[in-house]
Amino acid sequence: MSDMAMLNSGAENPVDEMVLLRHRNIPDIDQLSVYLSNGGFAAFEKAVREWAPAKVTEEVKASGLRGRGGAGFPTGMKWSFLPDKIWPHYVVANADESEPGTFKDREIMEKNPYQFLEGLMIAAYAVQAGTAYIYLRGEFWPVAQKLDACIAELERAGLLGSNLLGSSYSLRLYTHLGAGAYVCGEESALLESLEGKMGQPRLRPPFPAVAGLYNKPTLINNVETLTNLPPIIKNGAAWYRGFGTEKSPGVKIFSLSGRVKRPGNYELPLGATFRHLIYDLGGGIPGGRPIKAIMPAGASSSLIKASDVALDTAMDYEAVATLGSTLGSASVIVLDDTVNMKWLLQKTLAFFRHESCGKCTPCREGTYWMSLIADRMASGKGRSDDAALLGSVAGQIKGKCLCPLGEFSLTAVQTALSLFPEDFAA
Amino acid sequence: MNTLAEKYPQDIKRILAKYPPEQKRSAIMPLLFLAQRETGQVSPEAVQEIASMLAVSTTEITSVMGFYTLFHDHPGGRYRLQVCHDLSCALNGAETFLEQLCRHLGIEEGQTTSDGLFTIEAVPCLAACDKGPVFQLQGDGEIVYYEKQTLESAKALLETLRQRAAGEVTP
Repeated sequence: MSDMAMLNSGAENPVDEMVLLRHRNIPDIDQLSVYLSNGGFAAFEKAVREWAPAKVTEEVKASGLRGRGGAGFPTGMKWSFLPDKIWPHYVVANADESEPGTFKDREIMEKNPYQFLEGLMIAAYAVQAGTAYIYLRGEFWPVAQKLDACIAELERAGLLGSNLLGSSYSLRLYTHLGAGAYVCGEESALLESLEGKMGQPRLRPPFPAVAGLYNKPTLINNVETLTNLPPIIKNGAAWYRGFGTEKSPGVKIFSLSGRVKRPGNYELPLGATFRHLIYDLGGGIPGGRPIKAIMPAGASSSLIKASDVALDTAMDYEAVATLGSTLGSASVIVLDDTVNMKWLLQKTLAFFRHESCGKCTPCREGTYWMSLIADRMASGKGRSDDAALLGSVAGQIKGKCLCPLGEFSLTAVQTALSLFPEDFAA
Repeated sequence: MNTLAEKYPQDIKRILAKYPPEQKRSAIMPLLFLAQRETGQVSPEAVQEIASMLAVSTTEITSVMGFYTLFHDHPGGRYRLQVCHDLSCALNGAETFLEQLCRHLGIEEGQTTSDGLFTIEAVPCLAACDKGPVFQLQGDGEIVYYEKQTLESAKALLETLRQRAAGEVTP
């Protein structure tokens, strides 16, 4: 258990009161009694006792909450896609957190598990699912043990089970472990895996909202997305919109890593600048070295070349797009001037080659060949036309893959080649 | 050799209860984890047993095993040290750490020490990017993270594990 204690992030967050990382304000909030005495389950109780399911969905729509797993899709709208003529409905929490550079969901589940579970229960109530699964990556075995204990505690407390809070609503939660496959973070691959199959993406449509788990309507939300729900239902959509920007409302956990003095998770309103995160909170670059590039969405990022304009850009979905990149899951990896882009591509491509599920040809073959070329370049055995060849292979993959994993494999390639040609000079 | 059903009746019951009765196939992965809990690998007998328990073919079980990296059909060390060598960790010395660890044990990445205790593997991101170098220790039915590692801290852990193993043979 001493190793569990080490999971505490070393990062200090200057915001006084956390919305998501509440364990940093309230000790032992991972104990049910402590969570309850700090307003825990008031939102779930309010929803089940006083609100019709559709009203919960309307409130979440009004809050402007968008999916925190990377896609940024409006959460309430996603809920409303489940047809009310096909039953049962399922809810699945995506706890597969596997994007290199992302480590926020693990901290939430380890340290503030009941807020996540309450959020999952609110989502399940909103779409009237009687069973919800938490799909965790296999490496999160200790986290699953913890959640299993929390779920048992909730059952003993009468907050999970049949006829909850005197209503006709019943709900069971179950954890399910993956076994080492990045692609299972993609929701249709996740569903295949949960059904006991190889985690390969499905052809869509139909979308999971219509034909998901066991071919039934299924809602899949990321852990952080779900953790936002209790405060939204408790305090209202208008309160939530008091954080962030008009189009990207609310708070977000930024996972900061790479070449920074104080890496860690930081909870901030959407729209805080890269400079604030990297320099004010992260302490800047070790040795005071210059910053070269930022990967705002983990290994699948389009690179952002560091500049004053880039550093002063707001970290929200719209503003990051103006830099030719995406906010994604807000996994900000910082690269300093010592990082050569040949090395960087060797790392990211080795990852995507390893994680390609092999179902579609452009991704399976493309990641293999790109990785081979990048290895050759990084080891000093590159050929004079290798950079052009790499760009050509990337171009042939683009737009032709079954799921986003293939596309993710080439974003760093294309942006590194175009923004840092000097690193690839033969 | 005891069957899974004889050894773990309660665990199997608990696993099967998670899924609708007509969707038993969902239990493949949890049962595979159960099968490799003690020895770190899934035996052909266990594959056969899971297949008949869930009414699917053994080919389907082995294709699932082959797809996911955490299932093993060959013996490894009692303890698998799986070192993240992905981007953020690599930016903080993970590759050097991995090399040092292998040199210390006198093996290469992917190999097992001659006493059968330790296997070193390089693995993708473990979601501990702010605390690299990091590895997870798989063994004795558990998975535990070790963060902000140095060669010294890893050596100390290896010694503890050696003593644990030695203690079992000479009580």
